[in-house]
Amino acid sequence: MITIGFNSLPIVLLVGTFTGAVSVWQTNYQIEGYVPVRFLGLTTFKAVVIELGPVLTALMLAGRVGASIAAELGTMKVTEQIDALESLAINSVRYLAVPRFFATVFMMPILVIFANMIAILGAWLVAILFLGISTQIFFSEIPHFFHVHDVMSGLLKALFFGGAIALVGCYIGFETRGGAEGVGKATIRSFVLSAVLILVIDYILATMLF
Amino acid sequence: MIEIQEITKSFGDKPVLRGVDLKIDTGESIVIIGRSGCGKSVLLKHLIGLISPDSGRILIDDEDITSMRDSDLYRVRHKFGVLFQSSALFDSMTVRENVCLGLDEHTTKSGEEKMVIAKDKLAMVGLSDVEDLKPAELSGGMKKRVGLARAIAMDPQYVLYDEPTTGLDPIMADIINELIIRLNEQLDVTTIVVTHDMVSAYKVADRIVMLHRGVIMFDGTPAEIKNTDNKVVRQFIEGRAEGPIKPVPIGGISLRGDRSG
Repeated sequence: MITIGFNSLPIVLLVGTFTGAVSVWQTNYQIEGYVPVRFLGLTTFKAVVIELGPVLTALMLAGRVGASIAAELGTMKVTEQIDALESLAINSVRYLAVPRFFATVFMMPILVIFANMIAILGAWLVAILFLGISTQIFFSEIPHFFHVHDVMSGLLKALFFGGAIALVGCYIGFETRGGAEGVGKATIRSFVLSAVLILVIDYILATMLF
Repeated sequence: MIEIQEITKSFGDKPVLRGVDLKIDTGESIVIIGRSGCGKSVLLKHLIGLISPDSGRILIDDEDITSMRDSDLYRVRHKFGVLFQSSALFDSMTVRENVCLGLDEHTTKSGEEKMVIAKDKLAMVGLSDVEDLKPAELSGGMKKRVGLARAIAMDPQYVLYDEPTTGLDPIMADIINELIIRLNEQLDVTTIVVTHDMVSAYKVADRIVMLHRGVIMFDGTPAEIKNTDNKVVRQFIEGRAEGPIKPVPIGGISLRGDRSG
C-alpha cells in the first residue's frame, strides 16, 4: 500500500497540477467568445473528474507501479525465487500477486481523488493568476451542474484501471523468461499493454456510464 | 520412495526428457549427472511439480503428483527441501526471514521458537551471526548455505540440490559436498543432487545416474561408473572434448553423432 499508494503521490500530484493548469488554459482558448466565461470552471471540473484525473493517474501508475510489479516479479522469476516459494509449498500467486492486486485497486481511487483535487486547484490558480477570472466566477456554475454520478464514474474507472494495471504487471512478471533482457522486455510490455487496456476500458466504461 | 515412470517433456519442438524411468529409495544419496542443458534441472523440477510432464507418472511415496489437485501438491511439497542453483534467496528479506519463511507460512510457532530453529539450521550449515544480513551482503558460498538452511528448515524427507557447487571455488565446493553428506546422515533424508561436477558426484553419491539425450544412459555406483566401458559415459566423466558426444546447443538435443552409447 505504501509503495504503490503513498510513494506514488508526489508524481500523481505533479501530473494533476499541470493537468488542471493546461486544461483550464486550453478550455479558455476554445470557449473564449462563444461560451460565457463563468462556465470555464465547470467544464474544467467535469473534464478532470470524469476523464483526465482517472486516465492520466492510471497512465502514471501503469509506468510507475505496473512496470515495477512486472520488473520485480520478472526478476524473481528468472532468479528462481518464485520456484523457491513454490518449493516451500507457498502459493506464489497468493503470496505475490494477490496483495499487489488489492493494494493497487484500493489505492487507485484514492490517488485519483488527490489528483482531481490538485488538478482543480491548479486550474483555479491559472484562472485567477493568468486568465483574470475571479474565484467567484470560476466556481459559480459548479454547484448548479455538479453530479455525484460524474465523480463516482471517475472513481469507478479508477478501480478498473487499478485492477488492469496490477493484473497485467503480475501476469507479465510471472511469465518472464530470459534473464536481464527478459526483465527489461517484461517491463516495457507491462507498460504498453496496461496503457492500451486503460484506454480500451475507458471507452467501454464511458459507453456504459454516460 | 520416489518413482519416475516414463516421463517425457518437450519445450516447443525440443524434446528434453524422452522416457525417463528412475526409482529412488528412501535414505539414498543419488546424483544425476549429464551435460549442461540435458534436462537434469528439468527432471528435478518435475519431482516437486514445478514442471508437469507431457506424459508419464511421478510417484512420491506412492502418490502420483502428476494428476494431483494443487492443494494436494502443496501438501506433498512439504516433504521436500530444495537448494536452487542460484540459491534463489529472497532479496528483500534478511537471512532469518529467508530461513523462517516456510515456518511463518505453515506453522504457528512463536517468533522465539522460529528464531531458535533458524539459528539451529544456520549452525548446521556452518553459519552464525548472519541472521540480520541481506542476501546481497553474502558471498556465493554463504548464499548456498543459507539456501540450504532454508531448504531444511521444515525438516523435509527429501532434499534436492540443483548444481550445488556451480560457481564456487574448489574449497567452498568441497565444504558444500561435506555438508550434503553430513545432512544426509544427520537428518536421515533422501538426497538427490543434480550436477555436472564429477568431483562432487563421486564424493556425495551412493548411486550415480547419467541423463543423456533425454533418457537415463547409466545407473550404478561411483565405483561402477569409474569402470564402465560405455564410451559416452567415459567421455563425460573424464571430461574429454573428443568422443561420441558432440557439441549441442544449450537446451537442445544433438541430432548428429553420439549414437554409439
